[in-house]
Amino acid sequence: MSPRSQTLLWVAQRASAVVLALCVVVHLATIIYAMRGGISAAEILGRTRGNPGWLAFYSLFVLACAVHAPIGLRTVLREWAAWRGRGCDAAMWLFAALLAWAGMRAVLAVTGALT
Amino acid sequence: MSRREKGAAPPSDPPQLLVRVWRGHADGEFQPFEVPRHATQTVLDVVMHIQRSLDATLAYRYACRVGMCGSCAMTVNGVPRWTCRTHVDKVAGDGRLEIAPLSNLPVIRDLVADMREFFDKWARSRGRFDGGNTRHDEFARVAPASTERQQVESGIECIGCGVCYSACDSVAWNPDYLGPAALLRAWTLVNDVRDTAGLERLRAVSGDAGCASCHTHLSCTERCPKQLSPTAGIAGLKRAVALAALKGTL
Repeated sequence: MSPRSQTLLWVAQRASAVVLALCVVVHLATIIYAMRGGISAAEILGRTRGNPGWLAFYSLFVLACAVHAPIGLRTVLREWAAWRGRGCDAAMWLFAALLAWAGMRAVLAVTGALT
Repeated sequence: MSRREKGAAPPSDPPQLLVRVWRGHADGEFQPFEVPRHATQTVLDVVMHIQRSLDATLAYRYACRVGMCGSCAMTVNGVPRWTCRTHVDKVAGDGRLEIAPLSNLPVIRDLVADMREFFDKWARSRGRFDGGNTRHDEFARVAPASTERQQVESGIECIGCGVCYSACDSVAWNPDYLGPAALLRAWTLVNDVRDTAGLERLRAVSGDAGCASCHTHLSCTERCPKQLSPTAGIAGLKRAVALAALKGTL
């Protein structure tokens, strides 16, 4: 991986951190607000299904996670496990794909976009 | 025959420092010494006393003794410090000292660390000035109040002692990492309006071995005996390198 690509990874991790900071605040505030009087799974699905706003918000949240976490994992593996080859980079891309796939699958299911 | 008169109070012995000094190579061990404690005594005074009065085979390095040359840095009670200006009172309140060579560097012998990798990284980060003028040109004029000059006001005072390098977690975890001193040197040159190797230098300090590997733990800034902030310089490099990468010029 070229120094420019390594630098762009660094930029992508910082940019995704900004998105995550906002998403986590909205996510937690929503949970606290919605749970004041107790809420069932069916009621949650009733609010999220067919709502394009939640679909867009949680898609952004998942994609920011899929960018941010694998780059950090690559750094941890390089520094703490001394794994510094192409295999480490491949593991990063694989983990990114896994996070994006699992996360988007959950988002599409909760918002009813699959049904 | 003792000079002391019978019945007179014995002279009080000077208090002793209990000093453990690293001996040998990387697989060496600490050797204990007792050193008389004096007022305004530095750690380097202690090491010199041991070498001159107790064990002449002790290897260590120093030159100026006034905090200018950067050659006497050692690990004192677990913390990298310049020993010539570190007073015993400041670091050994309980009268115990443990002195070892700088960490993150190979040990040559006793308290002498091998500084080659440290200075090789200065070269790798393109830490030398590349000017475009000849002796036939006018002297370059750098306005003291200019932004570029102000950015490096403190960084140019680095004495290359290696304390920041020894204190850096990122160096310990990533042997390729250029380290705080080399990156701070590069930052001073990035801001030097006379220098002509800006882009090459940004390339040299980018990527996994460069400024992106700094985790901003601030150990270098905390430990720098000259109160410089390599962290601030590295942050400046991060901005410059990121901008160049986004523009596609890196």
